[in-house]
Amino acid sequence: MTRKRFEPVHLIFMGLGGLVLLFIVAPLLGMLLSTTGGQLAETARDPEVAGSVRLTLLASMGATLIFAVVSVPFAYILARKRFPLKQLVNGIIDLPIVIPHSAAGIALLGIISRGTLIGDLGERVGVRFVGGYAGIMAAMAFVSVPFLINAARDGFAAVPEQLEKAALNLGASPLRVFLTISVPMAWRSILSGSILMWARGMSEFGAVLVVAYHPMITPVLIYERFGAFGLKYARPVAVLFIGVCLAFFVVLRVVAGGRRHAEG
Amino acid sequence: MLKVEGLSKKLGDFAVRDVSFDVGRGDYFVLLGASGVGKTILLETITGITFPDAGRILFDGREITQEPIQNRNIGLVFQDQALFPHMTVRKNIAYGLRSRGAGRGRTYKQTEEIARDLEITSFLERRPGTLSGGEAQRVALARALVTEPKCLLLDEPLSSLDVSARSGMRALLRRLNRSGLTMVHVTHDYEEAIALATRIGVMERGTVVQTGPPDEIFRRPASEFVARFIGIRNFFPGVLIAGGDAEFRFSGLVLSILTDAKEGEGYIIIRSEDVIISLEPSRTSARNVFAGVITDIFPVRLGIEVIVDIGVEIAALVTKESAEGLGLECGKRVWTSIKASAVRFVEA
Repeated sequence: MTRKRFEPVHLIFMGLGGLVLLFIVAPLLGMLLSTTGGQLAETARDPEVAGSVRLTLLASMGATLIFAVVSVPFAYILARKRFPLKQLVNGIIDLPIVIPHSAAGIALLGIISRGTLIGDLGERVGVRFVGGYAGIMAAMAFVSVPFLINAARDGFAAVPEQLEKAALNLGASPLRVFLTISVPMAWRSILSGSILMWARGMSEFGAVLVVAYHPMITPVLIYERFGAFGLKYARPVAVLFIGVCLAFFVVLRVVAGGRRHAEG
Repeated sequence: MLKVEGLSKKLGDFAVRDVSFDVGRGDYFVLLGASGVGKTILLETITGITFPDAGRILFDGREITQEPIQNRNIGLVFQDQALFPHMTVRKNIAYGLRSRGAGRGRTYKQTEEIARDLEITSFLERRPGTLSGGEAQRVALARALVTEPKCLLLDEPLSSLDVSARSGMRALLRRLNRSGLTMVHVTHDYEEAIALATRIGVMERGTVVQTGPPDEIFRRPASEFVARFIGIRNFFPGVLIAGGDAEFRFSGLVLSILTDAKEGEGYIIIRSEDVIISLEPSRTSARNVFAGVITDIFPVRLGIEVIVDIGVEIAALVTKESAEGLGLECGKRVWTSIKASAVRFVEA
């Protein structure tokens, strides 16, 4: 057996990569190390912090679930069908990724605030967008739904069309084929897209800030504490929130990975 | 039972045009053609996976050209089986029944029955990814058959199997056909056509150029293409008697052949270029020497074809020089010799 030796130039590439890794890890580690366990425990007991973490997790999860139901079938159409202006549609889906998120929040306000069709309609059925949960979810979804749609579309595109044809030939309706063949086979992509959307929604600041300063999601709370009390008070909240996000992220990844093995 | 009239369809690089043929109830209809002539498109159009650009499809006298796929009840076994990889074999087989609203009890019973019939009971709980080619093909058949289709379409069902699995699958397909199932089988392999077909349709460049029973297709190819594509002029049904030296008995003749096949019914194929014509019974290594009378002689693309009646009509391909040198003509008495090793046996 010959050991693969690294070319000198590859060592340089790896050295450069190490700098980038350091750039990501060092600030996070620095923040973690300068926060004591006592501070963390105290922060965790702070009802304002706990409430905002719960709100952030649930709002993002709610936005992900609602938009998954609506946009996963659409992702299937994008993967399977040809139609006019399809490229334009794909471009529109990616739009939220490139526009500044505060601008996205301003744009969103324009259609959900009082006096607009959706805003008034929501008010009539008791859904409050501006300064309400619905508004937070809308802002989170606006900036994060492209991740779900793109992942689901790629997942569906990877399902062999032959299998869907076979299912139709066996007498299944198109809806049944979608639910029993396409979705289960694209499930990993849909799930990882959902995790990505959920994580992205949770970390959203700009768009939510514009639409709903209150109730306060954790990124807004961190910003407020920083502005009002300084770095020392903002840091423990940030560390706690990152920890919670990471924990959920890892658990979901493991669950998604476990499915992969089961499908073997 | 299944009638295709003037069917045309273009799909990407492949196209079929003006295809017409007729499959009778209980027929084993083999569509024979080189790869890329549009055989798969034809099957997909018949099942309703795609719709034709022109033409009609009739099933039991009823037009089904625009009928949705799930209402047609024409089974299709895909070339690569298309088993659902995320389901067990049992769920694969049950899929069609459940899709048609069968209850759990009936689904279980029918799945078990078909599994027993096709000998796949032992791996019902496995995933398709763990099956061998022959096993997967039997599962694909079971999945199609359990919904009791009125007609079964097979896309190259033997091509993905190894030699040993192939003869078992052939026997299975024949048994299904004999039990009354109408079948349409697409292949590029003329041996499959010989072994299975009750009728053959030959496809060339996207259309069906000749249909008929096998002996008609092989003995009287309608075009130069068919003759060349089929590549054989002599094929005869009969019985193989195995033993020290294998013998093949047909039409009152006995032929020595080289084969390790099992005894039983089958066909032999002799290429016309392997039949030697002489004026005297020659002393050569050829084991099979028969006297006969020339009944026909005509030029073909390469050389001269001589038909000799030795009890059956056998075609020999000779050069123009040989034909002239030997003075071959209709009515002349000659000897034909065939090496045992030049006779190819195909089990039925």
